[in-house]
Amino acid sequence: MKRSSNILGGLLVLLAVLYAACDIKTYEHGEILYENFCANCHMEDGTGLPGIIPPLAGADYIGLYPEKLPCIINQGIKGELVVNGRTYNTEMAGIPQLTEFEITNIINYINTAWGNDFEIVKHLDVRKALEECE
Amino acid sequence: MKYLVVILVALTAFASCEQPSHTLPILGEREVINGDTVYHTIPDFSFVNQDSQVVTNATFAGKVYVADFFFISCPTICPKTTKQMLRLYEHFQNEDGVLLLAHTVDPKRDTVAALKHYAHNLGVEGSKWHFVTGDQDEIYEIADDYFSIAMEDPEAPGGYDHSGRFILVDENRHIRSFCDGTDPADVDRFMKDIESLLNEKK
Ligand code: HEC
Repeated sequence: MKRSSNILGGLLVLLAVLYAACDIKTYEHGEILYENFCANCHMEDGTGLPGIIPPLAGADYIGLYPEKLPCIINQGIKGELVVNGRTYNTEMAGIPQLTEFEITNIINYINTAWGNDFEIVKHLDVRKALEECE
Repeated sequence: MKYLVVILVALTAFASCEQPSHTLPILGEREVINGDTVYHTIPDFSFVNQDSQVVTNATFAGKVYVADFFFISCPTICPKTTKQMLRLYEHFQNEDGVLLLAHTVDPKRDTVAALKHYAHNLGVEGSKWHFVTGDQDEIYEIADDYFSIAMEDPEAPGGYDHSGRFILVDENRHIRSFCDGTDPADVDRFMKDIESLLNEKK
């Protein structure tokens, strides 16, 4: 009896590990997409280029306007915006070929990478945000 | 003939003994004319910087400088190279002997006003870092001159793709070092080269 519960416990731990690994996989996908589509400008470490390209690591903007991220990624953004007290005014082109799923994974990567601790988004939130882009 | 080779080898060995240990080589093609070695030299140029000032070889007289090529709306590697140039700018902020020379390869769009705006946003003031524009053909031609040495080394990261490179030029217009401006570790090594070139002058 003792032995089978040990085995059961072991299996549960294994399952938990596998589950966690799957969870991380989502953001790994986001990480690869981030490196392919965003890192040239925002840099691998999310620090951007001061005065020209705003940071994503520790960016107050993401916490203030989380609902804007899907549209920024899909349609781009231009005009003045302020991130961590510094004003930016360079155009970012949209990346329309990214799917809702891909956008979700990128956002979740950004929201948890480099010490960021912003809320995880769901695919349906992203869809809704995309429907409401200006 | 055989003797000549031996003498040459001996002379080279002797010459290299004479040099202080950290001397950077002079890169690029060389010719021997009337017994004198003529090294690859950056030719005359004349461009205009973000403050509408004319920038020529004379701007760099008695200084060493780092040259690179970029354009403002470049979506690929330029933000990375500009970020590394910014590191050089900050590192050598108080070292008057080092200047930076960024050429736009898109002079139609990167006007003096656009370059000024870009430099200002980056937080770059003063006359250490020149962002220059000019005649497109002249810019492309001088790029070939700077990169001719980088092209000799197909093993270098990026191979023959010369974009993103930083080139170190000494006060005699000779190229002394280069690096991949997208790679922070390579730029670290390059910074040491700049420092040893400065020490050479002291
Ligand atoms: C070609 C360069 C470039 C690329 C590629 C790029 N961005 Fe941007 N991004 C910018 C610029 C420039 C701005 C500022 C726009 C402005 O000043 O109006 C910006 C702004 C942003 C902002 C809002 C400000 C902030 O920092 O919080 C977010 C979020 C963002 N980008 C995310 C992304 C994501 C995610 C990707 C990849 C899918 C990406 N960007 C790809 C250049 C780029």
